[in-house]
Amino acid sequence: MIIERLESAMPGVVLDHHSFRGDCTVVVTTANLVQLGDVLFGEGFQQLLDVTAVDWYERDPRFDVVYHFLNLVSQERLRLKVQVRDGEAVPSLTGRFPSADWSEREVFDLFGIPFTGHPNLERLLLWKDFPGHPLRKDFPLDGGDAFCNGDTDTSYAGRACTLNP
Amino acid sequence: MAETLLNDAVMTTRLDAVLNWGRKNSLWPLPFGTACCAIEFMSMMASKYDFSRFGAEALRFSPRQSDLLLVLGTITNKQAPVLRQIYAQMAEPKWVISVGACASSGGVYRTYATLQGIDRIIPVDVYVPGCPPRPETIILGAMKLQEKIEKESFRDRKEHLEAFYQSWDRQQERQALGRSEFQAVRDMLLEAGEAGEQRIW
Repeated sequence: MIIERLESAMPGVVLDHHSFRGDCTVVVTTANLVQLGDVLFGEGFQQLLDVTAVDWYERDPRFDVVYHFLNLVSQERLRLKVQVRDGEAVPSLTGRFPSADWSEREVFDLFGIPFTGHPNLERLLLWKDFPGHPLRKDFPLDGGDAFCNGDTDTSYAGRACTLNP
Repeated sequence: MAETLLNDAVMTTRLDAVLNWGRKNSLWPLPFGTACCAIEFMSMMASKYDFSRFGAEALRFSPRQSDLLLVLGTITNKQAPVLRQIYAQMAEPKWVISVGACASSGGVYRTYATLQGIDRIIPVDVYVPGCPPRPETIILGAMKLQEKIEKESFRDRKEHLEAFYQSWDRQQERQALGRSEFQAVRDMLLEAGEAGEQRIW
Protein backbone atom coordinates (compact mmCIF):
# COMPACT_ATOMS: atom_id res chain seq x y z
CA MET A 1 0.00 0.00 0.00
CA ILE A 2 2.73 2.40 0.94
CA ILE A 3 4.51 1.43 -2.28
CA GLU A 4 1.61 2.66 -4.42
CA ARG A 5 1.48 5.91 -2.47
CA LEU A 6 5.23 6.42 -2.87
CA GLU A 7 4.95 5.69 -6.58
CA SER A 8 2.12 8.16 -7.00
CA ALA A 9 3.88 10.86 -4.96
CA MET A 10 7.24 10.45 -6.68
CA PRO A 11 6.96 8.51 -9.95
CA GLY A 12 9.98 6.39 -10.85
CA VAL A 13 11.55 6.50 -7.40
CA VAL A 14 10.82 2.85 -6.52
CA LEU A 15 13.25 0.55 -8.30
CA ASP A 16 12.22 -2.69 -6.64
CA HIS A 17 10.11 -3.89 -3.75
CA HIS A 18 9.05 -7.03 -1.99
CA SER A 19 7.12 -8.00 1.09
CA PHE A 20 7.82 -10.81 3.53
CA ARG A 21 5.25 -11.65 6.22
CA GLY A 22 3.97 -8.09 6.21
CA ASP A 23 7.40 -6.45 6.32
CA CYS A 24 7.84 -4.23 3.32
CA THR A 25 11.17 -3.58 1.62
CA VAL A 26 11.61 -0.85 -0.98
CA VAL A 27 14.68 -0.22 -3.10
CA VAL A 28 14.83 3.41 -4.21
CA THR A 29 17.12 5.75 -6.12
CA THR A 30 19.69 7.80 -4.22
CA ALA A 31 18.96 11.13 -5.90
CA ASN A 32 15.63 12.06 -4.28
CA LEU A 33 16.24 10.52 -0.88
CA VAL A 34 15.68 13.68 1.14
CA GLN A 35 12.43 14.43 -0.65
CA LEU A 36 11.39 10.80 -0.16
CA GLY A 37 12.09 11.15 3.55
CA ASP A 38 9.65 14.06 3.65
CA VAL A 39 6.99 12.01 1.83
CA LEU A 40 7.45 9.10 4.25
CA PHE A 41 7.21 11.46 7.21
CA GLY A 42 3.93 12.77 5.80
CA GLU A 43 2.68 9.20 5.43
CA GLY A 44 3.24 8.60 9.15
CA PHE A 45 6.63 6.91 9.07
CA GLN A 46 7.95 9.42 11.57
CA GLN A 47 10.53 7.38 13.40
CA LEU A 48 13.83 6.37 11.78
CA LEU A 49 14.92 3.40 13.87
CA ASP A 50 18.23 2.56 12.28
CA VAL A 51 20.57 3.27 9.44
CA THR A 52 22.96 0.52 8.49
CA ALA A 53 24.71 -0.83 5.42
CA VAL A 54 25.61 -4.09 3.70
CA ASP A 55 28.80 -4.71 1.75
CA TRP A 56 28.10 -6.95 -1.27
CA TYR A 57 31.77 -7.13 -2.11
CA GLU A 58 31.57 -8.47 -5.68
CA ARG A 59 28.38 -6.69 -6.71
CA ASP A 60 28.17 -3.41 -8.57
CA PRO A 61 27.06 -1.11 -6.95
CA ARG A 62 28.89 -2.49 -3.97
CA PHE A 63 26.92 -1.21 -0.96
CA ASP A 64 23.34 -1.23 0.23
CA VAL A 65 22.47 1.51 2.72
CA VAL A 66 19.46 0.31 4.69
CA TYR A 67 16.96 2.50 6.57
CA HIS A 68 14.35 1.15 8.96
CA PHE A 69 11.25 3.26 9.52
CA LEU A 70 8.38 2.83 11.96
CA ASN A 71 4.91 4.24 11.43
CA LEU A 72 3.95 5.50 14.88
CA VAL A 73 0.21 5.46 14.11
CA SER A 74 -0.30 2.13 12.32
CA GLN A 75 2.81 0.38 13.75
CA GLU A 76 3.82 -0.57 10.20
CA ARG A 77 7.47 -0.97 9.45
CA LEU A 78 9.28 -0.10 6.25
CA ARG A 79 12.74 -1.03 5.10
CA LEU A 80 14.27 1.34 2.60
CA LYS A 81 17.38 0.47 0.62
CA VAL A 82 19.59 2.53 -1.64
CA GLN A 83 22.46 1.09 -3.63
CA VAL A 84 25.75 3.00 -3.79
CA ARG A 85 29.16 2.44 -5.34
CA ASP A 86 32.39 2.67 -3.40
CA GLY A 87 33.11 6.35 -2.67
CA GLU A 88 29.68 7.51 -3.81
CA ALA A 89 27.87 9.78 -1.37
CA VAL A 90 24.36 9.41 0.00
CA PRO A 91 22.17 12.41 0.94
CA SER A 92 21.85 12.72 4.71
CA LEU A 93 18.41 12.38 6.33
CA THR A 94 19.42 14.37 9.42
CA GLY A 95 17.30 17.36 8.33
CA ARG A 96 14.03 15.48 8.74
CA PHE A 97 15.08 12.66 11.10
CA PRO A 98 17.55 13.81 13.80
CA SER A 99 18.08 10.17 14.83
CA ALA A 100 19.95 9.67 11.57
CA ASP A 101 22.85 11.73 12.96
CA TRP A 102 24.73 9.08 14.91
CA SER A 103 23.53 6.19 12.73
CA GLU A 104 24.96 7.80 9.63
CA ARG A 105 28.20 8.54 11.45
CA GLU A 106 28.37 4.86 12.40
CA VAL A 107 27.88 3.79 8.77
CA PHE A 108 30.53 6.30 7.70
CA ASP A 109 32.87 4.98 10.38
CA LEU A 110 32.49 1.27 9.67
CA PHE A 111 31.81 1.24 5.91
CA GLY A 112 33.34 4.49 4.69
CA ILE A 113 30.16 5.69 2.96
CA PRO A 114 30.00 9.52 3.04
CA PHE A 115 26.72 11.37 3.69
CA THR A 116 26.26 14.77 2.07
CA GLY A 117 24.60 17.41 4.22
CA HIS A 118 25.47 15.74 7.51
CA PRO A 119 26.24 18.36 10.20
CA ASN A 120 29.18 16.52 11.79
CA LEU A 121 30.43 13.63 9.70
CA GLU A 122 33.17 12.17 11.90
CA ARG A 123 33.90 8.65 13.07
CA LEU A 124 31.46 7.62 15.81
CA LEU A 125 33.11 4.57 17.40
CA LEU A 126 36.69 4.30 16.25
CA TRP A 127 39.33 6.94 16.74
CA LYS A 128 40.01 9.60 14.14
CA ASP A 129 43.13 8.18 12.51
CA PHE A 130 41.99 4.54 12.48
CA PRO A 131 43.15 2.96 9.22
CA GLY A 132 40.33 1.63 7.04
CA HIS A 133 36.68 0.74 7.58
CA PRO A 134 36.32 -2.54 9.47
CA LEU A 135 32.90 -3.77 8.29
CA ARG A 136 34.03 -3.85 4.66
CA LYS A 137 34.52 -7.39 3.45
CA ASP A 138 38.11 -6.74 2.35
CA PHE A 139 39.15 -5.53 5.81
CA PRO A 140 41.25 -8.16 7.63
CA LEU A 141 39.32 -9.39 10.67
CA ASP A 142 42.15 -8.69 13.10
CA GLY A 143 42.88 -5.28 11.58
CA GLY A 144 46.28 -6.28 10.23
CA ASP A 145 47.62 -7.10 13.68
CA ALA A 146 51.34 -7.71 13.29
CA PHE A 147 51.76 -9.35 16.68
CA CYS A 148 50.88 -12.94 15.90
CA ASN A 149 51.01 -13.01 12.16
CA GLY A 150 53.71 -12.85 9.56
CA ASP A 151 51.73 -11.20 6.78
CA THR A 152 48.70 -8.97 6.89
CA ASP A 153 47.16 -9.74 3.50
CA THR A 154 44.61 -12.29 4.62
CA SER A 155 42.05 -12.66 7.33
CA TYR A 156 43.12 -14.86 10.21
CA ALA A 157 39.76 -15.93 11.57
CA GLY A 158 39.97 -19.38 13.06
CA ARG A 159 43.71 -19.81 12.77
CA ALA A 160 45.18 -20.83 16.10
CA CYS A 161 48.05 -18.79 17.45
CA THR A 162 49.82 -18.53 20.76
CA LEU A 163 51.48 -15.48 22.21
CA ASN A 164 53.72 -17.44 24.55
CA PRO A 165 54.51 -20.79 22.93
CA MET B 1 72.86 -10.68 73.35
CA ALA B 2 70.33 -7.91 73.51
CA GLU B 3 67.80 -10.22 71.90
CA THR B 4 67.95 -12.71 74.73
CA LEU B 5 67.52 -9.94 77.30
CA LEU B 6 64.55 -8.42 75.51
CA ASN B 7 62.97 -11.84 75.01
CA ASP B 8 59.93 -11.64 72.66
CA ALA B 9 59.74 -7.86 72.55
CA VAL B 10 62.20 -7.58 69.64
CA MET B 11 62.49 -9.66 66.49
CA THR B 12 65.31 -9.36 63.96
CA THR B 13 64.56 -9.76 60.29
CA ARG B 14 65.43 -8.40 56.84
CA LEU B 15 63.94 -5.11 55.69
CA ASP B 16 62.42 -6.45 52.46
CA ALA B 17 60.93 -9.42 54.31
CA VAL B 18 59.04 -7.25 56.76
CA LEU B 19 58.01 -4.73 54.09
CA ASN B 20 56.83 -7.47 51.75
CA TRP B 21 54.88 -9.02 54.61
CA GLY B 22 53.13 -5.68 55.11
CA ARG B 23 52.53 -5.15 51.42
CA LYS B 24 51.04 -8.54 50.72
CA ASN B 25 48.59 -8.26 53.60
CA SER B 26 47.35 -4.77 52.79
CA LEU B 27 46.57 -4.71 49.10
CA TRP B 28 44.42 -1.83 47.88
CA PRO B 29 42.64 -3.07 44.76
CA LEU B 30 41.38 -0.90 41.92
CA PRO B 31 38.74 -2.81 39.92
CA PHE B 32 38.91 -1.98 36.21
CA GLY B 33 35.71 -3.82 35.31
CA THR B 34 34.63 -3.88 31.68
CA ALA B 35 32.73 -7.16 31.31
CA CYS B 36 31.22 -10.18 33.05
CA CYS B 37 34.39 -10.84 35.08
CA ALA B 38 33.45 -7.73 37.06
CA ILE B 39 30.21 -9.46 38.11
CA GLU B 40 32.24 -12.37 39.49
CA PHE B 41 34.44 -9.81 41.19
CA MET B 42 31.40 -8.34 42.98
CA SER B 43 30.65 -11.80 44.28
CA MET B 44 34.27 -12.19 45.35
CA MET B 45 34.15 -8.95 47.37
CA ALA B 46 30.75 -9.70 48.94
CA SER B 47 30.11 -11.64 52.11
CA LYS B 48 29.97 -15.17 50.64
CA TYR B 49 33.56 -15.25 49.36
CA ASP B 50 34.75 -12.21 51.30
CA PHE B 51 38.01 -11.08 49.81
CA SER B 52 38.57 -8.87 52.89
CA ARG B 53 39.92 -11.96 54.64
CA PHE B 54 43.11 -11.51 52.63
CA GLY B 55 43.72 -7.96 53.76
CA ALA B 56 42.35 -6.33 50.64
CA GLU B 57 39.37 -4.80 52.35
CA ALA B 58 39.39 -1.30 50.89
CA LEU B 59 38.49 -0.91 47.22
CA ARG B 60 39.69 2.36 45.76
CA PHE B 61 38.27 3.81 42.58
CA SER B 62 41.14 6.21 42.10
CA PRO B 63 44.44 4.84 40.78
CA ARG B 64 46.32 7.28 43.02
CA GLN B 65 45.09 5.45 46.12
CA SER B 66 45.53 1.86 45.02
CA ASP B 67 48.37 -0.57 44.38
CA LEU B 68 46.62 -3.61 42.87
CA LEU B 69 45.03 -3.24 39.43
CA LEU B 70 42.40 -5.89 38.70
CA VAL B 71 41.63 -5.88 34.99
CA LEU B 72 38.23 -7.55 34.75
CA GLY B 73 37.10 -8.00 31.18
CA THR B 74 37.66 -7.21 27.53
CA ILE B 75 40.02 -4.33 26.79
CA THR B 76 39.51 -2.73 23.39
CA ASN B 77 42.26 -1.06 21.43
CA LYS B 78 40.50 2.22 22.09
CA GLN B 79 40.79 1.62 25.83
CA ALA B 80 44.45 0.61 25.67
CA PRO B 81 45.89 4.12 26.24
CA VAL B 82 43.40 4.64 29.09
CA LEU B 83 44.56 1.47 30.82
CA ARG B 84 48.18 2.48 30.36
CA GLN B 85 47.48 5.86 31.91
CA ILE B 86 45.66 4.33 34.87
CA TYR B 87 48.58 1.96 35.47
CA ALA B 88 51.04 4.85 35.24
CA GLN B 89 49.06 6.83 37.83
CA MET B 90 48.95 4.07 40.44
CA ALA B 91 50.92 4.24 43.66
CA GLU B 92 54.13 2.21 43.71
CA PRO B 93 54.81 -0.61 44.29
CA LYS B 94 51.99 -1.77 42.03
CA TRP B 95 50.77 -5.12 40.82
CA VAL B 96 48.36 -6.25 38.12
CA ILE B 97 46.07 -9.26 38.01
CA SER B 98 44.63 -10.03 34.58
CA VAL B 99 41.27 -11.68 35.25
CA GLY B 100 39.65 -13.87 32.61
CA ALA B 101 40.38 -14.94 29.06
CA CYS B 102 39.68 -11.57 27.44
CA ALA B 103 42.09 -9.55 29.53
CA SER B 104 44.76 -12.24 29.32
CA SER B 105 44.62 -13.01 25.60
CA GLY B 106 41.67 -11.27 23.92
CA GLY B 107 39.57 -14.38 24.48
CA VAL B 108 37.03 -15.11 21.79
CA TYR B 109 37.32 -11.57 20.45
CA ARG B 110 39.98 -12.05 17.82
CA THR B 111 39.10 -8.83 16.01
CA TYR B 112 40.43 -5.44 15.00
CA ALA B 113 38.71 -3.84 17.99
CA THR B 114 40.10 -5.95 20.83
CA LEU B 115 43.49 -5.82 22.46
CA GLN B 116 44.90 -9.36 22.32
CA GLY B 117 46.02 -9.48 25.93
CA ILE B 118 46.79 -6.59 28.29
CA ASP B 119 50.35 -7.86 28.81
CA ARG B 120 51.16 -6.20 25.49
CA ILE B 121 50.74 -2.76 27.04
CA ILE B 122 51.24 -3.11 30.82
CA PRO B 123 53.17 -5.60 32.99
CA VAL B 124 51.00 -8.39 34.42
CA ASP B 125 51.86 -10.35 37.56
CA VAL B 126 49.17 -13.02 37.68
CA TYR B 127 46.84 -14.35 34.97
CA VAL B 128 43.55 -15.84 36.08
CA PRO B 129 41.98 -18.18 33.50
CA GLY B 130 38.25 -18.66 32.98
CA CYS B 131 35.37 -17.15 31.05
CA PRO B 132 34.47 -15.73 33.49
CA PRO B 133 36.52 -17.25 36.34
CA ARG B 134 34.64 -18.22 39.47
CA PRO B 135 35.27 -16.11 42.60
CA GLU B 136 37.42 -18.93 44.06
CA THR B 137 39.64 -18.73 41.01
CA ILE B 138 40.16 -14.98 41.37
CA ILE B 139 40.92 -15.48 45.07
CA LEU B 140 43.46 -18.15 44.15
CA GLY B 141 45.03 -15.67 41.73
CA ALA B 142 45.23 -13.08 44.50
CA MET B 143 46.81 -15.64 46.83
CA LYS B 144 49.38 -16.47 44.14
CA LEU B 145 50.13 -12.76 43.93
CA GLN B 146 50.61 -12.66 47.70
CA GLU B 147 53.12 -15.50 47.43
CA LYS B 148 54.89 -13.58 44.70
CA ILE B 149 55.02 -10.35 46.71
CA GLU B 150 56.42 -12.22 49.70
CA LYS B 151 59.41 -13.48 47.71
CA GLU B 152 59.98 -10.34 45.68
CA SER B 153 63.27 -8.42 45.73
CA PHE B 154 63.05 -4.62 45.61
CA ARG B 155 65.52 -4.35 42.75
CA ASP B 156 63.50 -6.68 40.50
CA ARG B 157 60.36 -4.70 41.16
CA LYS B 158 62.16 -1.44 40.41
CA GLU B 159 63.49 -2.70 37.07
CA HIS B 160 60.05 -4.03 36.26
CA LEU B 161 58.51 -0.59 36.77
CA GLU B 162 61.29 1.27 35.00
CA ALA B 163 60.74 -0.77 31.84
CA PHE B 164 57.15 0.40 31.84
CA TYR B 165 58.03 4.07 32.49
CA GLN B 166 60.48 4.02 29.58
CA SER B 167 57.73 2.82 27.25
CA TRP B 168 55.49 5.52 28.73
CA ASP B 169 58.11 8.13 27.78
CA ARG B 170 58.32 6.72 24.24
CA GLN B 171 54.53 7.05 23.98
CA GLN B 172 54.68 10.66 25.20
CA GLU B 173 57.36 11.44 22.60
CA ARG B 174 55.11 10.15 19.83
CA GLN B 175 52.17 12.16 21.14
CA ALA B 176 54.37 15.27 21.23
CA LEU B 177 54.92 14.73 17.49
CA GLY B 178 51.17 15.01 16.92
CA ARG B 179 49.99 11.38 17.05
CA SER B 180 46.85 10.71 19.03
CA GLU B 181 47.22 8.50 22.08
CA PHE B 182 45.38 5.67 20.28
CA GLN B 183 47.63 5.93 17.27
CA ALA B 184 50.79 6.17 19.40
CA VAL B 185 49.95 2.93 21.21
CA ARG B 186 48.89 1.23 17.97
CA ASP B 187 52.11 2.26 16.21
CA MET B 188 54.16 0.96 19.11
CA LEU B 189 52.23 -2.33 19.04
CA LEU B 190 52.72 -2.76 15.30
CA GLU B 191 56.43 -1.94 15.49
CA ALA B 192 56.93 -4.34 18.39
CA GLY B 193 55.08 -7.02 16.43
CA GLU B 194 57.23 -6.51 13.37
CA ALA B 195 60.35 -6.67 15.54
CA GLY B 196 59.15 -10.04 16.86
CA GLU B 197 58.55 -8.78 20.39
CA GLN B 198 55.41 -9.52 22.33
CA ARG B 199 55.03 -6.31 24.27
CA ILE B 200 55.69 -2.60 24.09
CA TRP B 201 56.95 -1.99 27.65
